[in-house]
Amino acid sequence: MIRNLRFRKRNSVSMARRILTPVIFVLLAFVFCGFLLAAVGSNPLAVYARMMKTVCSYSGLTRSIEAGIPLMLTGLAVSFGYRMNLNNIGADGQYALGSLFCIGFALYGPVMPAPLKILCMFLVSMLGGALAALIAAFPKAKWGVNETILTMMLNYIFLYVMDFLMYGPWKERNQMVAQTRAIREKYWLPDLGSSGINSVLLVVIAIAVLLYFFHTRTTWGYEMEVIRQSPRAAQYAGMSVAKATLLVLCASGAIAGLAGFAQVAGIIHRVQANLPNGAGYTGIVIAFLAGLNPLVVLLVGFLFGALQISAVAVQLIGVPSQVATMIQGTIMLFVVAGEFFNRYELVGRKK
Amino acid sequence: MKKEMDPVLQMKHITKTFGSVTANRDVDLSVYSGEIHALLGENGAGKSTLMNILTGIYRPDGGEIWYKGQKRDIHSPKDAVALGIGMVHQHFRLIPTLTVAENVYLYSGKKSFFLNRDKMEKEIRECSGQYNLQVTPEAYVWQLSVGEQQRVEIIKLLHQGAEVLILDEPSAVLTPQEAQSMFDTLRKMADSGKAVIVISHKMNEVMKNADRITVLKNGRVEDTMPASEADVERLTRGIVGDRTLPEQERGQNSEPETEQRPVQDPEQEARKEAAKAGLQTSSEEPVQGLRQTSPAAAEGAAQGQKHVCGEEVFFMEEVSAKNDRGLPALKKITLSVRAGEIFGIAGVAGNGQRELSEVIAGLRPVTEGKILLSGKDLSKAAMKQHIQEGIAFIPEDRLQTGLVPELTFTENIILKSYESDRYSRRGILQKQNMRDDAKTYAGQFDIRHGGLDLPVGLMSGGNQQKLLFAREVSGDPRLIVAAYPVRGLDIGAAESIRKILRQQSRRGAAVVFISEELEEIFAMCDRVGVLCDGELMGIRAIEETDFQEIGRMMSGEREETK
Repeated sequence: MIRNLRFRKRNSVSMARRILTPVIFVLLAFVFCGFLLAAVGSNPLAVYARMMKTVCSYSGLTRSIEAGIPLMLTGLAVSFGYRMNLNNIGADGQYALGSLFCIGFALYGPVMPAPLKILCMFLVSMLGGALAALIAAFPKAKWGVNETILTMMLNYIFLYVMDFLMYGPWKERNQMVAQTRAIREKYWLPDLGSSGINSVLLVVIAIAVLLYFFHTRTTWGYEMEVIRQSPRAAQYAGMSVAKATLLVLCASGAIAGLAGFAQVAGIIHRVQANLPNGAGYTGIVIAFLAGLNPLVVLLVGFLFGALQISAVAVQLIGVPSQVATMIQGTIMLFVVAGEFFNRYELVGRKK
Repeated sequence: MKKEMDPVLQMKHITKTFGSVTANRDVDLSVYSGEIHALLGENGAGKSTLMNILTGIYRPDGGEIWYKGQKRDIHSPKDAVALGIGMVHQHFRLIPTLTVAENVYLYSGKKSFFLNRDKMEKEIRECSGQYNLQVTPEAYVWQLSVGEQQRVEIIKLLHQGAEVLILDEPSAVLTPQEAQSMFDTLRKMADSGKAVIVISHKMNEVMKNADRITVLKNGRVEDTMPASEADVERLTRGIVGDRTLPEQERGQNSEPETEQRPVQDPEQEARKEAAKAGLQTSSEEPVQGLRQTSPAAAEGAAQGQKHVCGEEVFFMEEVSAKNDRGLPALKKITLSVRAGEIFGIAGVAGNGQRELSEVIAGLRPVTEGKILLSGKDLSKAAMKQHIQEGIAFIPEDRLQTGLVPELTFTENIILKSYESDRYSRRGILQKQNMRDDAKTYAGQFDIRHGGLDLPVGLMSGGNQQKLLFAREVSGDPRLIVAAYPVRGLDIGAAESIRKILRQQSRRGAAVVFISEELEEIFAMCDRVGVLCDGELMGIRAIEETDFQEIGRMMSGEREETK
């Protein structure tokens, strides 16, 4: 029976299939996780119901967006790098340094009119992220040093720098928590009306749209695509692969650094120890699930935000919040496996 | 060859489609033990697909394979090897950092946990002695010439116990002498009872060396015959078909990949004449071991090729350069090319041609010496400046260097000029202009494509090369460097490419034309320089030299310039 089935490469993949396959495999991932939940003694249906209920409430929605914003940005950062086959595993560290630059400037920088100050915070957080990436980008561009390892190792350094500042000089006085004090309220980005959603979301959406436009319509995007597909052809066309590597990795870092800006100016208005909390790594998953498409990254980032929020909620019924991480990982595995069915189809063997 | 014997291998009604393209349609092929069977046809005719089905790389959509009287299902290359069917691919599958013996053993069924080098090497020596396949078992593959690597591939098959050996374009990478000795070896193998299938598109080589010839066209068997009954006219008709009926051909427009382009009568007649003439030269001229292949030879001679060359456009003096491994690849090369001149570079592949073409085009840095384009020093200039100065480059590796296979037709045409005002306005791509130009190129150069928004990797080799040429000559370049521009192309596409080069030279472009086909060089070029081991052995005016002299220079004999 099995012997009579075989895989055949698909000639074309319809749009419907391209959208439906990941959806189906995400659902399968939840089914699979249900077995795991049952195995540790929880009722998976109850857990999922609770999660759904949390997300579907209005406050759940706004909190999902809040949690999703840094994830969207790291997702955008990672996918931007992958668009030129650069593995930026360091979004966590870049996020950290971006947030440190931002809070440093906000708390200890010069006093300015609010719009200007916010603009500068925006820029310095990008600068922080870009500098964090530059440490890996320069050796990569100059000598071809593996950027995967460099960016990943640098995460530890920046997170320790962050710890040092949070527990040390920048710690809020008279507080047990390792965090800075909040920035002044006039530097906060406003909420969108009374919706409870911060306007930094618009910044994130604008960046995603810009990136989409960049990839599809600009000569730089074209250059990136050529280098991604064939570095040899890029040299042949007179492109400087080294220069592009440097710029793209730094830009990727700058986008990750913006997650720091989003937190400081938009969401928590301060920096805490271990603020990134693995967002850089989750960004890798998001980038892949979104097929490196910036607009899809927004959607997937939101869903992952929702997952995190709902996982916190199920703690109340005795399920560890790590369930979010578990589901994330399972979804990743299932969707990657599902990709296979987009490329191949199962057919009966002909005689 | 004994007809009364049953064929060792029969392929019956084999059909294979890739999407809308039918690569093989109802193909029957019988191969007998003891024969050399040639598969002839243009690129995209379905030769390689058929052989890939036989070796288990592809699964047929329909049809049967009978081997030694039994119907067999070949699911994987492993199955094929187990049956005794092996193939030497056009691109060798060897591991450069391993020795010959290790490479052979890697694919051997007789692996044991411990390596017994002495035994391995002894077995290989026996095998190479038996069939006169000279290799050094201890040598590392990266040290070997292409010809030697091919011999290793053949030994690999013999060592696996292959009874049916398939070789994909085996002579493409060899000198005429090497090719002949390879065919002698194949003959020995056939004599010892093995069946040999050779994929080729060189008619003369096939007529001389094969026992039977099967001609494929558009995925179908067009003709099959004993080699003794073959002649150029019959083979040409089989390969290119009767192209005097363009209207009817256009009617069945189902296969963009393999379809032949309709050709007007005069060209068709010219080609036939040329093909006949090609045969005559081969029977008259007693050049030993030289392949008589391209009809272009005779055609060029017929056209007379005389035109006036202008002033010196390109000049390089004592230029040296290194290869990718950092070893000296070019040694003090001095040459110049004038406007309207086609300067040929002859030589066995791998003697510095690639490096020379890249140095001239600006892709490879010069370690010493000077390069001038119309008096301007480009020795230290970046690739971009070479492009701006009007140097067009048709690289040897057209599909990874000259084109980006994953990008679309439209995206590939702007590869070198994406920053020009026409395609970029304040950094925004001008898609409409790109599309317009893509359409213009497709029409002007008769490029067959499945769609301007499809990846060029899906186009046939000939159309890819036409696209590359269309882009490269579009800016009226001053210098065109073409490395093996017609290698692997079918007759029709190759002729279009030669025509473009001639037109460009008539327009006044200086052309550097690198080829391993002497006939072609003699047909196309005004002067020829011969490369051997990175050195320029000499430069000759075409009318003052002959095959023998160039052949001697190719093998390293230096002669004083007359």
